[in-house]
Amino acid sequence: MFSYTTRQSLILQVNQDALTVTPRPSDTLLYTLRQELGFTGAKPGCENGDCGACTVIFDNLPLKSCLMLTAEAVGHEITTVEGLHHTALQDAFMDHWAFQCGYCTSGFLTTAHALLTRHPDADRQTMVEWLRSNLCRCTGYQEIGDAVWSVLQARQT
Amino acid sequence: MSTIGQSVRRTEAPNKVTGRAKYNADTHVPGTLWAHLAVSSEAHAKILGIDRDNAMTMAGVKAIVTGDDVSLLCGEVLEDRPPLAKSKVRYYGEPIALVVATGEAEAILAALAIQVDYQKLPVVHTPLEAMSSDAPLIHEDLGHYVIAQPPISPQPGTNIADVVKLRKGDMNVGWKSSAVSIEGNFTLPSIDHAAMETRSAKVEILHDGRVIVHTTTQAPFEVQKLLSQYFGIKQGKVIVNAPLVGGAFGGKATVQLEILAYLASKAVGGRLVQLVNSREQDFKTSPVGTGLQAKIKLGATRQGKLTAAELTFWVDVGAYTDSSPRMARAITSDCTGPYRVDHVHCDTYCLYTNHTYATAYRGFGHMPMTFCIERAMDKLANALSIDPLQLRRLNAIQPGQTTPTGVTLNLSRLGNLDACIDRMNDLVTKPPGQVTRVAPHRVRATGVSCFWKTSSSPPDASSGAIITFNQEGSMNLSTGTVEFGAGTKTTSAQILAERMDMSIEDIHVHTHINTKVDPEHWKTVASLSTFMVGRAVLDAADDAISQLKSLAAVVLRCAPTDLAVGQGRVFIKDDPTMNVAFKDIVHGYQYPEGNAIGGQVIGRGTYIVRHLSPLNPDDGQGRPGPAWTVGCQAVEVELDTSDGTYEILRAMTVVDIGRLINPKGALGMVMGGMCQGLGYGSREAVRYDALGRLVTDQFRTYRTMRMGEQPNYQVDFIETPQIDAPYGARAVGEHGVLAIPSALANALARAAGVEIDSLPATPEAIWRLGTEVQA
Ligand code: FES
Ligand code: FES
Repeated sequence: MFSYTTRQSLILQVNQDALTVTPRPSDTLLYTLRQELGFTGAKPGCENGDCGACTVIFDNLPLKSCLMLTAEAVGHEITTVEGLHHTALQDAFMDHWAFQCGYCTSGFLTTAHALLTRHPDADRQTMVEWLRSNLCRCTGYQEIGDAVWSVLQARQT
Repeated sequence: MSTIGQSVRRTEAPNKVTGRAKYNADTHVPGTLWAHLAVSSEAHAKILGIDRDNAMTMAGVKAIVTGDDVSLLCGEVLEDRPPLAKSKVRYYGEPIALVVATGEAEAILAALAIQVDYQKLPVVHTPLEAMSSDAPLIHEDLGHYVIAQPPISPQPGTNIADVVKLRKGDMNVGWKSSAVSIEGNFTLPSIDHAAMETRSAKVEILHDGRVIVHTTTQAPFEVQKLLSQYFGIKQGKVIVNAPLVGGAFGGKATVQLEILAYLASKAVGGRLVQLVNSREQDFKTSPVGTGLQAKIKLGATRQGKLTAAELTFWVDVGAYTDSSPRMARAITSDCTGPYRVDHVHCDTYCLYTNHTYATAYRGFGHMPMTFCIERAMDKLANALSIDPLQLRRLNAIQPGQTTPTGVTLNLSRLGNLDACIDRMNDLVTKPPGQVTRVAPHRVRATGVSCFWKTSSSPPDASSGAIITFNQEGSMNLSTGTVEFGAGTKTTSAQILAERMDMSIEDIHVHTHINTKVDPEHWKTVASLSTFMVGRAVLDAADDAISQLKSLAAVVLRCAPTDLAVGQGRVFIKDDPTMNVAFKDIVHGYQYPEGNAIGGQVIGRGTYIVRHLSPLNPDDGQGRPGPAWTVGCQAVEVELDTSDGTYEILRAMTVVDIGRLINPKGALGMVMGGMCQGLGYGSREAVRYDALGRLVTDQFRTYRTMRMGEQPNYQVDFIETPQIDAPYGARAVGEHGVLAIPSALANALARAAGVEIDSLPATPEAIWRLGTEVQA
């Protein structure tokens, strides 16, 4: 059985690099990404799964990194917002003014990016269901929905 | 005009979509110590003892500070708040001890090990309870507190921290000339700002005496001022850094964690210490937005003209006053809503309760105040059988009339409320009074409300701007506003680009505020930034232009008055082919033979608000702000009359924005405000149990709006320029939120046929009021 009881070195696959970390057994993936690796695009908003600000892409699925222990992430592909480069989604967020303070943005982008990969044919209802996992306090949500929808539609036509 | 009126992207947008934008807790210096708070588990109790011995021996613990170690009382208006509870606790979640340790986990564990011995005291739950003569006293020393920023009138021996009185006209005349009167009683809960970024502060005290602060603040210069004042440090030695802020809504304009982080650093020899609120502590330990109770009586003629308004607000300030006395004045100054009322009597009380203390929340008290007056207006419309929108149109305040505090309005100061209401009349399509049945148990109705707001800022609030040039001719702009999402940096860049007739690409704004190098801006609050900073930027631009012209006049051998600037050049007006590029003069001009003249061009600009005056303590007369922003909002709902559940179909806003500087930016601010207003109207409330313990300390208990719950938004702008504002632009940052909760309640009240006079209007609350049950 897998046992991990004290700090030890692990290798995480983040944004296509194999990176060595030394977490405590209790460290969450969010904590390690931010404090050890400097991927601060993943944000703490609640640290109990309510807000989605900490979302990363985990083997093509969105994952709230505050809900997973670092040790559980070994052997999986992790993509943080820092791993997204010049995507249509990022441009759409800028063009639609889909953020104000920007604190929720990484989480929405990673969630939406995973949606685009998993369900390129998603309808608006499916999109809304996926994006409900994340909170934004600044926008009216319409801007975010429009940004993601514009990319889905461009892919679908 | 090229940049004004364009939806240019936010200056910080590329960094926000790549995770590269840095917020306060994103930069971590190895070796930083962590602080964590032990907080009160009681709402009101005497502290008999604090046992920190066990905690002190725990791994990694460097220091523990309690109220006994600190003799300091803080408060923006009244110094009534110890940073760490001393001898008693006044709210659940109040800081009791501060642990400093080598790591976050060590600090949290030690904080949990601190034992506090309490003797419970009876709890004050509501402002009206606090008013009663046999209420337990929350501040026994009210008579001895220092008043930091008058006016405030505390009443020692009671829970009344402040009373504001407003008297206009003659109530006898007002009531005599009325044919109809209505009365309403309203109860609104406290609300949480719930910014996605929790508050945090880092402090290091260097050996040369400098105190370096990094904090999530809307008011870096206030942090500097207060730390200097509280701890007797020269202001020049306190350097406050404010990086990008992850949402604020007024909740980060107050100074709390900075003081605690300073105490923590001091306890460990000045080492760098960081204090980060968990979401739970952000909800229960840091301040909330105010709740209130109110009683409103309105009188009107048979035709619907308002003649008299008698209003009492009992503001729940919670355990400490913070900015509430200023907010009480803001509520009082605009208490009638944007309507002409010649006879007004308003008393606003600030009452201590055993709730989390309150601070500014988007609208500075105007959202709850507007709820009360706009619900009262709908009651009046019903009593008179007049269409609710028509009643508002009939009474809409006009240029030439006076506000409750006696300010005579003109079009520039006020804007055009008539035009907003008329536009809304087109948007709502059906008269708001009408209820339409769409299925056996389902009815649709629309509620409307109007708002107005001025800044209620201090009469000496000031702002500055500094422009420097890079050698290539592009410009750097430094101002004192914090970027928390409102787009103030982008707006000021647009204003500068416009004045200089330059591409916005050539304007580089300083986003991270440092009080040592950036010019002061009072606070990034009250939707004042575009106005005040904009004026300072224009002043700085004019200063730079005159320097550019005098140097170019020498180079081009002409008078400075022959010259104009644009596109990175200074040119002769009647022959633009004769010109000199910024890059050749902004760092001095060099003649071909090598001699140089002139130096760096540095533009300097300032603005200070003018002609404001504090409200007179006897009758509340005075001038609280430079101008108003007016608007009209509506919400359409579909209600299931069998169980009180409802869908919010449409939300509409028409606001007189003066001049649109950045259309998408303005639209986003207004829609975001509307979304928050719908949250407050439909579900948000800070709740306490019977013992006064806050129970809504997570997003699963304090519910905000989620994707898919938002309605269809319709936002329209009227543009009546405010003449003294940059390009005529009015304040609009807060306003989207103001009349939405009342519009929602007005809609639901009509649909359900009940009076909804408290919030949030949850399906359960509507059901309890007894919806019309259809067979
Ligand atoms: S921080 Fe992970 S869901 Fe909020
Ligand atoms: S943009 Fe601020 S929380 Fe979404």
